[in-house]
Amino acid sequence: MSTSTEVAAGTEAEQAPKKGKPQLSEGARAERRLGWMLCAPAVIVMLAVTGYPLIYAIYLSLERYNLELPQDIKFVGLSNYAAVLSSPYWWQALKVTAVITVFSVAITLVLGMLLAMIMYRTLFGRGTVRTAALIPYGIVTVAAAYGWQYAWTPSQGYLSAAFNNSAPLTSEYKAIAVIILAEIWKTTPFMGLLLLAGLSLVPEDLQKAAKVDGATAWQRFTKITLPLMKPAILVALLFRTLDSFRIFDNIYILTDGANNTGSVSLLGYDNLFNALNLGIGSTISILIFICVAIIAILFIKGFGTAAPGTNTGTR
Amino acid sequence: MAAITTTPRQKAGWGVANFVVIALALIPVLWMASLSFKTPAAILDPSFIPAQWTWGNYDQILSTSQFIRPLINSIGIGLISTLIAVVLASMAAYAVARLRFPGKSALIGMALLIAIFPQIALITPMFNIERALGLFNTWPGLIIPYVAFGLPLGIYTLSAFFREIPWELEKAAKVDGATPFQAFMRVIAPLAAPGMVTTAILVFLACWNDFLFAISFTSTLSSRTAPAAIEYFSGSSQFTVPTGPIAAAACVITIPIIVFVLFFQRRIVAGLTSGAVKG
Repeated sequence: MSTSTEVAAGTEAEQAPKKGKPQLSEGARAERRLGWMLCAPAVIVMLAVTGYPLIYAIYLSLERYNLELPQDIKFVGLSNYAAVLSSPYWWQALKVTAVITVFSVAITLVLGMLLAMIMYRTLFGRGTVRTAALIPYGIVTVAAAYGWQYAWTPSQGYLSAAFNNSAPLTSEYKAIAVIILAEIWKTTPFMGLLLLAGLSLVPEDLQKAAKVDGATAWQRFTKITLPLMKPAILVALLFRTLDSFRIFDNIYILTDGANNTGSVSLLGYDNLFNALNLGIGSTISILIFICVAIIAILFIKGFGTAAPGTNTGTR
Repeated sequence: MAAITTTPRQKAGWGVANFVVIALALIPVLWMASLSFKTPAAILDPSFIPAQWTWGNYDQILSTSQFIRPLINSIGIGLISTLIAVVLASMAAYAVARLRFPGKSALIGMALLIAIFPQIALITPMFNIERALGLFNTWPGLIIPYVAFGLPLGIYTLSAFFREIPWELEKAAKVDGATPFQAFMRVIAPLAAPGMVTTAILVFLACWNDFLFAISFTSTLSSRTAPAAIEYFSGSSQFTVPTGPIAAAACVITIPIIVFVLFFQRRIVAGLTSGAVKG
């Protein structure tokens, strides 16, 4: 794998105008070589684990390939895609994933903003609040998911008992609500921390000046804080949206997809490990990858989210 | 934060806000702990505090290889993955932060792509590749993907930390005749240690947390990690759900996180926020 040359090809154009036709000094050439050498191992691992399997998945998605029928492997073109895209299971899973993503990200954004404000402005106990907030972030999703599952199990859980012994995990919409709740609890601290980073970039002087000019707290928030935090908010939203779209652990434990609550990730998993169908499983993988790419492009092109790292040259 | 006058009412308001945050964060964890101390009979009592306390659930899980072995796997795989990822990420982050070379923005773009990569898209092809290479159901079978997904996190966090390092020292070392590599190992690496510890914690938490790869690429106790193993717990009879043992196991795998968070709160917050500010 000639990694360094591949990587180099992409940015030759950007470097050129700065230096003209490069007549590199010995030192600069050594620096280049060291740069490539230091990056090569990371690049190789990342390409080997994501790039190559992705290409392999594209290939597998064009084959009829069931592990139970190993003698019946055959190139079938796009018919796997036709099968998945005409299947109600795919659209149901996509709908569930979209609903979970939209609600959990929207609510997490609001709560994360509140949390960031509290972590930033609270007058005392700041360390304690941050420590407490990090626990949901760090906890193993599966462990937390069992907690939620038992909490909502009738005659066993405190939350179920508090809501008239209800059994929300056995009905579609209520189960999705519980899944969203579990997602929100787990991911609000991460959102809060990303927003905290943005919040600390808002100059205190501006806030004070606005206060002197008679702006209310709400006006200061909407007219100063929010606009200045826009880049941080968009990056946080991008990460949370893509992360939420991949939701798997919580659903696997809470409902395992029962009552039409499965996400696209769960569908892909089931096609591999329950149906043992590598062809269809790969097709779903590729379709999920395309969805994620579309979301990322929408954010970066549509909302002008600065992809983190793109402006490193200027810093 | 200085010079802002505070009234008792404001103080009380923030006190309430703090309390709400702490309560919301801890109640689900305390519920889990409470379940893990309930006797099998008390499990069917929805009260938050156990009527009878018992260590029985912990005795049960810690006396069989069903949980001990996966726990060892989780620790071993997590530590090895973290070590490799931090070393490789440090090298790349140093290059990103310090050196001028073509391809830097391609590297950063690639790390971003992998940070947002849907892991499920890898499960099917990786499953087949790992079976072909004999990596399926082995430690390396999990370590390799963990390293790959730890790298973007590591490169972002570390390059942010590396930018803060006083690099004149490196120049001084070079003037004294050190090669760039020596300057990196002898001068910069020790200064970079705090950032590397932070990164290591974040990467370890990510490995420790993983469930999808763990259930997909393992099939026996020899490499199954703790979160995946909990899935396979069985009750004392076929018809009992092993709620108590599952809760106890969930508490055991939560302990390292609580310890990390208590001791390294400042570092974790710094690590998570440093990567994001650049956006």
